Amino acid sequence: MTRTPTTAIAGIGRTPYFKRGASVPRTKLQMACQAIKAACEDAGISVKDIDGFAYYSGGFDTARIAQMLGIPEVTFTASLTGGGGGASAAVGLGAMAIDAGQATHVVSLMTLQQTPDARLGAAFATKGKSAYSAPSESHVDFVAPSGLFSPGQMMSVLAMRHMHLYGTRREAFAEIAISQRENAIKRPTSRFTEPITLEDYFNARMISDPLCLFDYTQENDGAVAVITTSAERARDLRKPPAYVLASAHGGKGRWGLAYQQMQMPDEYFTSSGHRPVAKRLYEQAGITPADVDVALLYDHFSPMVLMQIEDYGFCEIGEGGAFVEAGNIRYGTGTIPVNTHGGNLSEAYIIGMTHVYEAVEQVRGEAVNQVEDAEIALATGGPASIPTSGLLLGRSA
Amino acid sequence: MRSELAQSGLGDFAVLNVDTFTKPFWDAAREHRLVIPQCDDCGTFHLPPSGFCYECDGESISMTEVSGAGEVYSFTIVRHPVVPALVPVVPYVIAVVDLDGAPGARLVGNVIDCEPEAVRIGSKVSVVYDDIDDEVTIPRFVLA
Repeated sequence: MTRTPTTAIAGIGRTPYFKRGASVPRTKLQMACQAIKAACEDAGISVKDIDGFAYYSGGFDTARIAQMLGIPEVTFTASLTGGGGGASAAVGLGAMAIDAGQATHVVSLMTLQQTPDARLGAAFATKGKSAYSAPSESHVDFVAPSGLFSPGQMMSVLAMRHMHLYGTRREAFAEIAISQRENAIKRPTSRFTEPITLEDYFNARMISDPLCLFDYTQENDGAVAVITTSAERARDLRKPPAYVLASAHGGKGRWGLAYQQMQMPDEYFTSSGHRPVAKRLYEQAGITPADVDVALLYDHFSPMVLMQIEDYGFCEIGEGGAFVEAGNIRYGTGTIPVNTHGGNLSEAYIIGMTHVYEAVEQVRGEAVNQVEDAEIALATGGPASIPTSGLLLGRSA
Repeated sequence: MRSELAQSGLGDFAVLNVDTFTKPFWDAAREHRLVIPQCDDCGTFHLPPSGFCYECDGESISMTEVSGAGEVYSFTIVRHPVVPALVPVVPYVIAVVDLDGAPGARLVGNVIDCEPEAVRIGSKVSVVYDDIDDEVTIPRFVLA
């Protein structure tokens, strides 16, 4: 270790996960507050001990949450810019606040309710004459008139080129979907627990070539919250600390809006955008990819898991397909178990926070699909426009 | 022309939010010309137009006319309509095109008037102009 961890995740909490829209009549903030209370219970602290809020993807209204929960005093409230790419870095933002003496118990959370007018799959549909609308800016004119509206369509363009450059096969994307489904089957929290066969995969309808139904995330409702505090404080609380070994976010400037604009340099067009984040993450923690015991990789679309496997150095660039097809990401038998919780594809999609949740359970030793003697877990934010992010949690300080 | 693609419903999404730097691009498209921002100082091409050169920090940018010939860098075939208005539109091809004469700037556009399965990475394409209405023209592509 290059430095002794000064912060840790001390509590995790969540609501049940619902099919999109099915959480109504619960409200989004109700679910957020229930997840926060559950995380406090897990940590063995009172909700009244919370004084910090660290978000991503636009954040939430701390004013309302603090008023609803009667937080005695808010001393820190901030959010990363960007979208789901920042998921794991919300914890890092909280950790920075703690290191800076600005807060003692910081909540990071996501709450999601995808009612028919709030489905992310049409996120970039311009107003036109449809019932859907998104605030539009001049750069969107260079994609939206072509009907490039959804993140899945955008990721398909990257996947297509990855296949072209490296001979990556749909069988590799299938293996990601199939292995994650296998992991989800044993979990009571999973939304999908029917096994997928290779035949099922190839029979599934295509959504945007080369991606079929099983390559796509689910759409869910629910909330997940985590409590970050100082390492010293965490050692006195109910559960074993999940030490923050490293947290990094950002990306190359010219990664920029990434697949929302398709202007990334050729060198890393077919990537997850995570390479520079991965480099800083490993440097901070003083470890190498070989030291990671379990990888919770944001899986909105299966090819982006493959590209993260490359970008985080579990195999060489371009070799992700063969690496995955050889069984390397399987729980129990693979060299680097990936998405032991089933991920967005099969457990639930709460914009990256389920990955943080699973990383904590893995280093505590309390995961359903527990990786034996897991010391270090990696959780990532979405391959997305800047920032992307990564978080390394450790069992030991 | 107004393409079949536009007529099927995609034309409804050609609602532009033009700003100072993108206006020359759209004005030229209206005249059936394709112009790409190029740095006066270092020659770098960029899209979308922004008024800044990411390469040399220059702010002197001119519009350079290109032929509209290019090559498919990557693409997808959209088969699922993400909003109901797209039900009559699918399937359609969205391509990312490397333009001849403007290396480094990629133009996103549909490849029309062909079977979607005919499109490949590396396919040669040329621009066509889709006159949506009295004000808006969208560049799209056909296989060359």
